[in-house]
Amino acid sequence: MFDFALILESVPFLARGAVYTVEVSVLAIVFGLVLGWILGLAAVSGVGWLRAITWAYVQFIRGTPLLVQIFLIYFGLPAFGIDVPAFWSGVIALGLNSGGFQAEIVRAGIESIDRGQTEAARSIGMSAFQALVFILVPQTIRRVIPPLTNELITLTKSSSLLSAIAALELTHAGQLIIARTFAPFEIYAAVAVMYLILIAILSRGSALLERRVFVNY
Amino acid sequence: MAILQVEHLSKSFGTTAVLHDLALSVEKGEILIVIGPSGSGKTTLLRCIHCLEHPDRGTIVLDGVPFGSGDGPGRAWRPDPPRVLDAKRRRVGFVFQRFNLFANLTALDNVSIGPRRVLGLPAAEARARAAALLSRLGLAEHAAKLPSQLSGGQQQRVAIARALSMDPLLMLFDEPTSALDPELVDEVLQTMRELARSGMTMIVVTHELDFAREVGDRVLFMDGGRVVESGRPAEVFSQPREERTRMFLRRLLRTGAPHHPTGHEAAHKIDTGADRRA
Repeated sequence: MFDFALILESVPFLARGAVYTVEVSVLAIVFGLVLGWILGLAAVSGVGWLRAITWAYVQFIRGTPLLVQIFLIYFGLPAFGIDVPAFWSGVIALGLNSGGFQAEIVRAGIESIDRGQTEAARSIGMSAFQALVFILVPQTIRRVIPPLTNELITLTKSSSLLSAIAALELTHAGQLIIARTFAPFEIYAAVAVMYLILIAILSRGSALLERRVFVNY
Repeated sequence: MAILQVEHLSKSFGTTAVLHDLALSVEKGEILIVIGPSGSGKTTLLRCIHCLEHPDRGTIVLDGVPFGSGDGPGRAWRPDPPRVLDAKRRRVGFVFQRFNLFANLTALDNVSIGPRRVLGLPAAEARARAAALLSRLGLAEHAAKLPSQLSGGQQQRVAIARALSMDPLLMLFDEPTSALDPELVDEVLQTMRELARSGMTMIVVTHELDFAREVGDRVLFMDGGRVVESGRPAEVFSQPREERTRMFLRRLLRTGAPHHPTGHEAAHKIDTGADRRA
């Protein structure tokens, strides 16, 4: 019943899909991290309008489905003459989405650090900016690695939604094979295992980062 | 001439007035002890002198240079622009009740980061100065440790070194030993004693009466945001003129901690609850 030969035959094609998934995810992660930190820092800045913009952005990202956000970019932007290919639509949509969630993680991380740290920094004459860069951010980075890892895992898995805009990522690669072979169980099982491997690598990397790169304090 | 001159200092949090038209002056090299019950405004006084809180009105002049501008009892306080304030603030060292060492930095880096990042010293020179300061305070062997690897007493001494690293004109101590286990209090007091002997000007909020008597040039008793009484420690402690001072001292001597029989944790809660509402 369970056709292993079929799975083996499909591996090269699925692997190409997996590479696409990794490429989209890595680019979106980098984009999301940059955006998340910028928005997170804006959210804790004393500047009212910056906080308001961040708040509105986070509300929009959290309050609308990712699939709709993807459609807005892929199908919606051409209405304004902006044609974004599926791959870059994926990077932008996932990055914008993840940035909103990461902003909340960064904001909460910074706010969780004892006020005394800032006061001590100011007491030796540091500016608010220096206190942020030398004292708060280094402590925040270590604190947000676990929640950020969760977010990056979610992002990587969410890239499967890009199958809806026919991006050739892992899930869509599986769908194409199924259309030809009519063996959904085997192929989706193989797809699932490949996601599992990708996520395992990501978690492992994050655990190493947490232990090796950042000393325990 | 006084190195620190404070006049008409007033501060409220919401509708709670914490400091009432307070005046004090400190001479160069003088050790001023501040005592008083929780909520009497001691911590707020120190935080205002350091502009961690901005007063509502009053004047604070350090070595001839005014902080902010709040001349006269009627005029509201206007804080200095951020950069000006940062530059003025580093001439005053602040030692916190809860140490507040930078958790991500070693003892050495805690002491060298100010000279390096604020004063712009080259890294090697800042580290050399920090190392010298740590060994002067008997902490050389702990230089490479993180705050979490140090005892409370060691952390507080590193915090004193960090404040000294900026070559301050004046050191402020906000109950520096009240978050410490009893057996760790002495090493911190010893460090402060030596600092006093070296000629540093200090304002010390403390409940350590023996230390106050031995090291203090003058003691100031605060209650309800006002200076109730001041004088030489020996006189104030043995013959307080005011009834409130007498009651406070009696309670302090009886329980070892004023007003809050549950010990320093409760003291911290009450004190900062009133003082850090902003």
